[in-house]
Amino acid sequence: MTALVRHRLFWPAAVLVLLLAANVAFTPGFLSIEMKDGHLYGSLIDIFRFGAPLILVAIGMTLVIATGGIDLSVGSVVAISGALACLHISGLPDQNDVGGVLAAVGLALGLALVLGAWNGFLVAGVGIQPIIATLIIMVAGRGLAQLITDGQIVTVNSDSYKLIGGGYWLTLPFGILIVLAVLALTAFLTRRLALGLLVESIGGNATASRLAGIRSRGLTVAVYAFCALCAGIAGLMISSNVSSADGNNAGLWIELDAILAVVIGGTSLMGGRFSLGGTVLGALVIQTLTTTIYSIGIPPETTLLFKALVVTVVCLVQSSAFREKVFQRRGRRRPAAPRATDDEKVEVPA
Amino acid sequence: MTVFKKMSALLLAGVTIMAAAGCGGGGEAAGGGSGDGKITMGFAQVGAESGWRTANTKSIQESAKTAGIELKFSDAQQKQENQIKAIRSYIQQKVDVIAFSPVVESGWDNVLKEAQAAKIPVILTDRAVDSADTSLYKTFLGSDFVEEGRKAGKWLVEEYKDSTDTVNIVELQGTTGSAPANDRKAGFAEVIGAESKFKVVASQTGDFTRAKGKEVMEAFLKSNPDIDVLYAHNDDMGLGAIEAIEGAGKVPGKDIKIITVDAVKDGMQALADGKINFIVECSPILGPQLMDLAKKVVAGEQVPARVLTEETTFTPEQAKAALPTRPY
Repeated sequence: MTALVRHRLFWPAAVLVLLLAANVAFTPGFLSIEMKDGHLYGSLIDIFRFGAPLILVAIGMTLVIATGGIDLSVGSVVAISGALACLHISGLPDQNDVGGVLAAVGLALGLALVLGAWNGFLVAGVGIQPIIATLIIMVAGRGLAQLITDGQIVTVNSDSYKLIGGGYWLTLPFGILIVLAVLALTAFLTRRLALGLLVESIGGNATASRLAGIRSRGLTVAVYAFCALCAGIAGLMISSNVSSADGNNAGLWIELDAILAVVIGGTSLMGGRFSLGGTVLGALVIQTLTTTIYSIGIPPETTLLFKALVVTVVCLVQSSAFREKVFQRRGRRRPAAPRATDDEKVEVPA
Repeated sequence: MTVFKKMSALLLAGVTIMAAAGCGGGGEAAGGGSGDGKITMGFAQVGAESGWRTANTKSIQESAKTAGIELKFSDAQQKQENQIKAIRSYIQQKVDVIAFSPVVESGWDNVLKEAQAAKIPVILTDRAVDSADTSLYKTFLGSDFVEEGRKAGKWLVEEYKDSTDTVNIVELQGTTGSAPANDRKAGFAEVIGAESKFKVVASQTGDFTRAKGKEVMEAFLKSNPDIDVLYAHNDDMGLGAIEAIEGAGKVPGKDIKIITVDAVKDGMQALADGKINFIVECSPILGPQLMDLAKKVVAGEQVPARVLTEETTFTPEQAKAALPTRPY
């Protein structure tokens, strides 16, 4: 039991369970999943489906934060990628043409990669603080998205494009499958190969890891590009879900939700260590919170206050210092500050 | 590396200077422009949150061009602080008249007083402010949102006049605190409140966007299995909700009757297709009226404190007839 409670993902998981329980109390059939028109249907599926873009963005953000950086530009990349894809598709003679849709997807993701590489170049190549470097695209990017859509909402009518964010495959929402694929790939690259360790070493001490023979500059650029790629895919999902690109609102403030998801998941903003599972859990907590607000009927005027209260509680119960004070546990654990992080940093293979 | 750092620093500095010069140049041109007798208008738009808004923006930009008024346009991305910033910058640039569409109703007194102190007349378009001091603005040009809500409610009462069963209604509100959301809700509630069979079972904001409309409607469908009517404060949220309803295996327009407000092109198309049952028009074509008012205000003429835009309602048949000639 104590081992379970001590697991660093215990508290976010407990909050998630609590939120789900609150939903069940208000809506008895909340957890039920049924088949409808040949696909799964239910509130839980909705949480995954609408949470999929956030999970994706948060996965990318986790790696960036692990290098000690931060990426504020993901929301704008979401808008740009959706806008470019929809614009390209709306110009196709046959909007259902799979080749044309794939070209649009490739174009959008290509641009996302370029934007991410630019962020990485500013951070690792030029040495600008990540928060400032990515702020450039955060602000200018939304303008670029509006430029692409000409300030209008671009509506497309393409079943092939619709599949990405609003369609189903093997009874599951396609978006969830994309998330699973990206998650599996990321987990493999970072946890089965040494890549994750290298990323963490940059976050621990970029100079030291470079001296130890790690190509920290190239790796940082790659991490930012990967983060933007995730945001680009999220942008495709969001625009495809409603078959329209909204340069102004798509992905608005998603960077903040993503950072919050990463933090709830127990990844330190100082960099040097990360937890992909925690991030996914954090994103699910945020999306479940949103769904809870809708289904238990919190009036819109108090929505933000309710969200703030829950997030505050989550952050407080996550802090071991706070828990010890409140629950008056004798310090079985070491003080919160350095912890396991330092051990991991030392293990960097030269 | 050092050389490179220096170069990029220089480059950045250069860009900043150019940007600053650009702003300054614009300001001077504005000052000069007003000297020539050409009117300069600063317009602070809410954003581009819906098809309605982009049609509104287009109308204002085009009619400014035809009226020979120099337009300074800013997009606040649905944030009040951005709009206040834009209005302050217009005051500094000494434009001849400021027009804006307030994103929310309250909190405008300070910046409007600044405009008054700078002797720049202000015209409100499309949305009102709740300021007690009506001398802060010259006139308010726009729709009567309460009346729009009433029109939606009247159609519903008429539609269900023979039925005695309870009618379960869900409502997708606009941006929380905005005048259209407050008023469309109030007008609708006023009319349906007269009969106890109408029951609003859930009401939540969808921020006037399709994505949010869909997300909220999905949750509504799960927590309220028996929904008869959807009332959405704009077409876009309604369009998002239609996708959610179809995803739930129900037929929009039949299983769930849908009433929306605005009548933008995509909404009218859905109405003609029978997916929406009734649309209350809220015309975004304010541009020509706004330019007329601006000229009068700058010339010091008296203008009425409230100017209404002309609007109607649409049924599916009327939508089919109107669609081919619809400009937006």
